[in-house]
Amino acid sequence: MAILRNRLRLFSAARDVGLAGFIVLAACLAYGQTTNSCLDCHSALPDPLGVTQEKFSQDIHAQKGLTCASCHGGDPTSDDPDKAMSRKAGWKGKIERKQIPQLCGTCHSDPAYIRQFNPSLRTDQLGQYRTSVHGKRLAAGDTKVAVCTDCHSVHDLRAPSDPSSTVNPVNVANTCARCHADAGYMKGYPIPTDQFAKYSTSVHHQALAVRGDLSAPTCTTCHGNHGAAPPGVDKVQNVCSNCHTFQAQMYEKSSHKEAFLAASLPGCVVCHSNHGIRHPTDAMLGTGPDAVCMQCHTPGDACDQARAELQSALRQLDEAIKGADQVIGVAESSGMEVSEARLGQDQARDSLTKARVTIHSFRTDLVDQDIQAGLKIAAQNLQAGQKAMAERNYRRVGLGMSLIAIGIVLAGLRLYIKKIES
Amino acid sequence: MTPLRNLRNWLDERLGWEGLVAPLRKKTVPLHRLSYWYFLGGITLFLFVIQVLTGILLLLYYRPGANEAFESVQYIMTHVPFGWLIRSIHSWSANLMIFTAFAHMFSVLFLKAYRRPRELTWVSGVVLLFVVMGFGFSGYLLPWNTLAFFATKVGTEITGQVPVIGKPLMIFLRGGEEVTGATLTRFFGFHVAVLPGLATVLILLHLLLVQRLGMSIPPKLEVQWTANPSAKREMKFFPNFLLRELMAWYVALGVLGALAAIFPWNLGVKADPFVSAPAGIKPEWYFLFMFQTLKLIPPKVWFIDGEVLGVLVFGLVGLLWLLLPFFESDEPSRPKRWITGVAIFALTYVAGMSVYGHLAK
Repeated sequence: MAILRNRLRLFSAARDVGLAGFIVLAACLAYGQTTNSCLDCHSALPDPLGVTQEKFSQDIHAQKGLTCASCHGGDPTSDDPDKAMSRKAGWKGKIERKQIPQLCGTCHSDPAYIRQFNPSLRTDQLGQYRTSVHGKRLAAGDTKVAVCTDCHSVHDLRAPSDPSSTVNPVNVANTCARCHADAGYMKGYPIPTDQFAKYSTSVHHQALAVRGDLSAPTCTTCHGNHGAAPPGVDKVQNVCSNCHTFQAQMYEKSSHKEAFLAASLPGCVVCHSNHGIRHPTDAMLGTGPDAVCMQCHTPGDACDQARAELQSALRQLDEAIKGADQVIGVAESSGMEVSEARLGQDQARDSLTKARVTIHSFRTDLVDQDIQAGLKIAAQNLQAGQKAMAERNYRRVGLGMSLIAIGIVLAGLRLYIKKIES
Repeated sequence: MTPLRNLRNWLDERLGWEGLVAPLRKKTVPLHRLSYWYFLGGITLFLFVIQVLTGILLLLYYRPGANEAFESVQYIMTHVPFGWLIRSIHSWSANLMIFTAFAHMFSVLFLKAYRRPRELTWVSGVVLLFVVMGFGFSGYLLPWNTLAFFATKVGTEITGQVPVIGKPLMIFLRGGEEVTGATLTRFFGFHVAVLPGLATVLILLHLLLVQRLGMSIPPKLEVQWTANPSAKREMKFFPNFLLRELMAWYVALGVLGALAAIFPWNLGVKADPFVSAPAGIKPEWYFLFMFQTLKLIPPKVWFIDGEVLGVLVFGLVGLLWLLLPFFESDEPSRPKRWITGVAIFALTYVAGMSVYGHLAK
């Protein structure tokens, strides 16, 4: 590490002296890199000691000019193994697991140093790690927990923005699952190991992995990355509200918030579950297999009646939209211009979406406002569709009459021609 | 004296009316088993008149400009009384006119009506066909919808492939490097001012030539009738042929009305220059045979760019097509058979490539 810092100081000096100095120094650095005796030997060694030039060249650190000695110390310019791996030269050998976060933090907790490479890269990872379940258990002597290299890989560590990085959003769940889905490895820890299996069936996974929406949540979105920890029963709502803002605002107004807190129930998770979260449907308000209300409420009570009202209101608007869609569709396939009604249908659908969000308030009066707004728009669109259909019929009647008139003229002309030619 | 006769005398005194209509009274149309082909030119002219009339009506509401064109056509289709009918007839009539113009050209070709002394009638007719295709190309962009936008982009790009003058010509057509609102304004200008002026002059010339030279007779029949003048059969143009033509126009009007009422012309989605082109975009059917040919030519033919070669070949073929009558024999008894072969090949090629282009993905 000290060698690296010296080189960077030299680099800064060269920049001040001028371009000529820079080129000379760059040439020297380049020469220095070609005599990396570490790789000469380790590229020929089997795992876990083997590190090839090809593998190390993929590492973001190597690309930024760091060498083996930056982490492991020693003298890579010497071909003599005794000198190269001399304790006097600062050689540290294999880094112990419990030392890894501290070693990485040497640079990654130094804002002035990191700024030279990436001014926007955060430098609080080590601090956050110490607050995480992983960090706390490591400090307590449990070396099975994840350290930096377990998630980020080592010797071929890539930037998170690289699609092949183990911590790229698309790959994070798989990386976490390497330990958390391994029942054998997780033996002794009081947590389940089915999170990944459940997440793989979730709407969030569908959005991220199938649709390629990188803004969709993965493990670290809800649990944090370096400071990874379960959100806690009373904080679940805060986690979900980072994305589902309006639903959270409605939930704040609802009677469920206080009730769930009092019963130590984890907010959103009670109805939507956590890792295996599915696309919500109106059936959740029903009484069938997908229903959630009746898990707590008693049939026939005031809440059950409110639930039935809410479900009925949503169904009413949904059917009104579908009915208008059907009429507009027929008019459109008849060649009628109904793009304004089509646009209006989008507004009606927006009202339905808004009503489904307002459901989280569990207040029939608030939901009814959105439903009524949507029903009004859907009725206008239905009327526009019916008007287009009436216009279509009017045109066809007009066409029929015109064709009869044309037919009469043609017959008259034919007779006239016959008359003048006879 | 009846008022009508009074009016006729009044006009005759001032315009020499009798002198003007006298040739029409004398004009005759040959009568034989292929006489019905003579109607095609008149039907094309009728559709052109429909185009002019509906075009003028559309002008009352249409506003050229990237921000207004689509909305104004949408307004015509939804709010203007019978606007849907006028626009749909304009669009259907345009397509039918191009179809009848093609049919008229091939009928002239197969009946060898282009022979001496009617070379200039053929030349003016072929140029008119090019003008009509220009009408189609420029008019297609005017509603400023997605398909029109990208078809114009592709079409003007092909123009840009012409060696030397291609790039400046493309910039002239587009009003810049890209298809923008400036292109729409230009195309509107071409569509409602430049091309109608040109078409009117050419139609008058074409009709004048037809009037001066009379209707052509197929070569075989011409030889027979020359040998035996008593076998010659003909019909008076006015009123006998004109009344039949009028019947054809009424039929065309009925077809147009039915198409407009049952299949109103689609408006599509407003053009957005920032979205990618829809998959499998194709030009209008009358450009499809050329488009498909250009698609089939390899990217490089020897050392020439495939598309440049295609454009050059089409240019050369167009020029030779224009000059076709000058290769024909002057003797009706010895017509050049290879020209009929070329005509059959051309018709098969255009029809085949159009169908292939329509079906190809």
